[in-house]
Amino acid sequence: MIKLNVNGQPREVDADPATPLLWIIRENLKMPGTKFGCGIAQCGACTVHLDGKPVRSCSTSLSAAEGKTIATIEGLASEDGTLHKVQQAWIEAQVPQCGYCQSGQIMSAVALLEKNPRPTDAQIDEAMAGNVCRCGMYGRIRRAIKAAADIDQPAQVEA
Amino acid sequence: MGKWSRRAFIGAGVTAGGALIVGVAVRQGNPIDELGPLLANGENEQLLNAWVKVDTDNVVTAVIPHVEMGQGVHTALAQMLADEMDADWNKVQILEAPADMQYVSDSIGRDFLFPNLQVPALLEPTVAGGILELAQAMGLQFTGGSYSVRATGQRAMRTAGAAAREMLVAAAASEWQVPESEITAADSMVIHARSGKSEPFAAFARAAAEQSLPAKPKLKSPDNYKIMGQPMARHDIPAKVDGSAIFGIDADVPGMKYAAVKAPPVIGATVESMNASTAKTMPGVLQILNMGDFVAVVADSYWLAQQALNSIDTRYSKTEGDGLDQDAIFARYAAALDEAGEDGGDTQTEAGDAVQSFAEAATKVEAEYTVPFLAHATMEPMNCTAWVRDGKCDVWSGHQAPVNARQAAADAAGLAFEDVTYHNGYLGGGFGRRSDNDAIIMATRIAKATGYPVKMIWSREEDTAQDHYRPSATSRFKGGLDKDGKLVSWDNIHTHLFDPADAPTVPYYNIASHKIRKVDVPMHLRFGPWRSVDHSQHGFFIESFVDEMADAAGKDGYAFRRELLAESPRHLKVLDTAAKMSGWGNALPEKHGRGIAFVPSFGSIVAQVAEVDMSGPKPKVTKVYVAADPGFVVNPDGFTAQMESGIVYGLTAALYGDITLKDGAVQQSNFHDYRMLRIDEMPEVEVALINGDHERLGGGGEPGLPPIAPAVTNAIFAATGKRIRALPIAKHDFA
Repeated sequence: MIKLNVNGQPREVDADPATPLLWIIRENLKMPGTKFGCGIAQCGACTVHLDGKPVRSCSTSLSAAEGKTIATIEGLASEDGTLHKVQQAWIEAQVPQCGYCQSGQIMSAVALLEKNPRPTDAQIDEAMAGNVCRCGMYGRIRRAIKAAADIDQPAQVEA
Repeated sequence: MGKWSRRAFIGAGVTAGGALIVGVAVRQGNPIDELGPLLANGENEQLLNAWVKVDTDNVVTAVIPHVEMGQGVHTALAQMLADEMDADWNKVQILEAPADMQYVSDSIGRDFLFPNLQVPALLEPTVAGGILELAQAMGLQFTGGSYSVRATGQRAMRTAGAAAREMLVAAAASEWQVPESEITAADSMVIHARSGKSEPFAAFARAAAEQSLPAKPKLKSPDNYKIMGQPMARHDIPAKVDGSAIFGIDADVPGMKYAAVKAPPVIGATVESMNASTAKTMPGVLQILNMGDFVAVVADSYWLAQQALNSIDTRYSKTEGDGLDQDAIFARYAAALDEAGEDGGDTQTEAGDAVQSFAEAATKVEAEYTVPFLAHATMEPMNCTAWVRDGKCDVWSGHQAPVNARQAAADAAGLAFEDVTYHNGYLGGGFGRRSDNDAIIMATRIAKATGYPVKMIWSREEDTAQDHYRPSATSRFKGGLDKDGKLVSWDNIHTHLFDPADAPTVPYYNIASHKIRKVDVPMHLRFGPWRSVDHSQHGFFIESFVDEMADAAGKDGYAFRRELLAESPRHLKVLDTAAKMSGWGNALPEKHGRGIAFVPSFGSIVAQVAEVDMSGPKPKVTKVYVAADPGFVVNPDGFTAQMESGIVYGLTAALYGDITLKDGAVQQSNFHDYRMLRIDEMPEVEVALINGDHERLGGGGEPGLPPIAPAVTNAIFAATGKRIRALPIAKHDFA
């Protein structure tokens, strides 16, 4: 048994320690929000947070996650169901189309804003270039990240 | 999205009371006995199927016969129905129709089979019935071809909504003993202003169900639209930001096992032998199957299955495709075109005498263009979950044609259509790829061989190497200008593609003589529809050559196209709008260029202007201005998103897309060698929408794509003088 902490909950899984975390999350823990896209850390669809940092769970072994804190898309909203500000901004900007990459996009964006609450365009590019969106919603992703960043800012006073 | 169950549907329906279910009157012979009480009295008008229901809690549910793959169809079609019904948009729910032959669309059948069919009104019901039967035979409960809004929405959803409204009004008139003409409807209420009476739809749902289905419900004119034309938020989005949206790959069946598969690298080969001695010893491996046309490993987890599969040494049969390399394919195309010469091949359209007019032209231009094979690369790799047991089969996937998928599973399982239940999830990208049945058939065969539920997932490598590709093609042009620089001769011959048949034609450009021909060139690869289908190739060919002709005439690309469209005001307006948005003609910085392209497709007219920055080591597309006229835009934000999406899909292909063959096998495998556009390469996109003809709607999913490649290559020409005649752009050197 390998002990994990997933979205604040202690979990135990009985699996080959070499198994990528992605499949543990999807198949053993039955949390399908984290997606399989490429298997080689090229697309970002499987992005989760490991001790607060974004990682590609398809290329992170179960053993590497042992004893660490894992956060997935399912744990992003607060317990009363209030969506994270990034999720809210995503709805506001009507970002997703097919939606398959969006769990990974949102997890990358949340990690970016936690590290850098007011990212520049170049910083958004750097943090998000590992996440492919085949529906091409990059413009809306950028807008939503900026909108979410603004949520923490005091309201602008008109001159 | 809501999940459909036959029992719940009928249970909530008229037979249980308290709810109204309305379908569309199309023809005689409605086969749904349970919905019999709703049938119309008219001889030729009967219920085709149920599209809307009103529940006792006054919730209006729109039943959508198309699948959601990000194009926003569930929401757009619900808007069309709800507006005609005067429903309260905040209380409209959406249910995807089941994979049932009754939801096969005659509109789609008609547009696929007889795109230009003109039928006298008298014969319309008979013809509609005949087409419906044909469509059913072909299993066309299909989402693609940018058809949903313009066909199903325009012809079925609006009619169903209007019919439901009229039936509710009639029921209220009867109950209140007032004329129908005095009753209005708004926000899911029926209202009699004079007496001050108002009741929710639900109060009259049961009585409305007893009303005759109106033979020809009156549809709104655009000035009365309240929900159509509004940027309503998409219903499927909330579930796509919290991880709760269930895609095909997320199917969860108790006791389910997992399968990884590998098919021969050269398509058409078979598995001759395999050495699985290592795989057999690996923990968690349950079965290793040589299925003839592929190998499957079934295990306790997908990762274990894939690891075991990777250890298997497989020998494949020889095929005619072996030994075929990339260059040989284009040599084959060239030979076929050479052989066709001046008069060979199949003529698709012809007017005047293109050969003679070319011979007499003051200026002659000849050019040849090529485009490569492309994979779809949906974010969700191909997958399917199947369970075959006790003479029944359940199948879970995300598919663009659920009825087709259900039939394919039935055939693979050796069962009847009725014994198969098909469960459609959201599609993690479709783009045409999910209209093929290969994954459905493979999973069903594996499930039949094992007896337990099996989830089959293709690796990204398998997904890339076993696609149904967008065909590569070569197209040759001869164009002639008269002494005034007017385009008078257009002679095009190209290697054969798919459809739509109008893709290589240019009826909107006023060219006196033209001849357009195709030649067939056999290939061992499997081809499939790829977003915008043949317009993706011909858009590039045609709009590149128009630009070359403009240059030969000493005119700029915009002015030259204006002359060609002079007699088509609706087309001209689109072109002018895009040019104006872009500031066409204004100076750009050094090594920057602007290119224009114009491609009507799938009933929508789209012009784009791209700006490129050629000052760096590789082209950077900085801005794209889009003007689009789809007749009438049902959801402006959704349509805009489709334009953005089509541009990125097309720009990815234009810049990088290149599936190549070596010894008959596809060389690309994953996103490192089949590149996608990423956020740091995303141009700013500005979209202007034009409502040019509210009675003839065009599609949204595909028309944004075809103009982008030529707009970019024309911009590169403007900036550098270098003409790109072969895609992708990445294989050209700009140093």
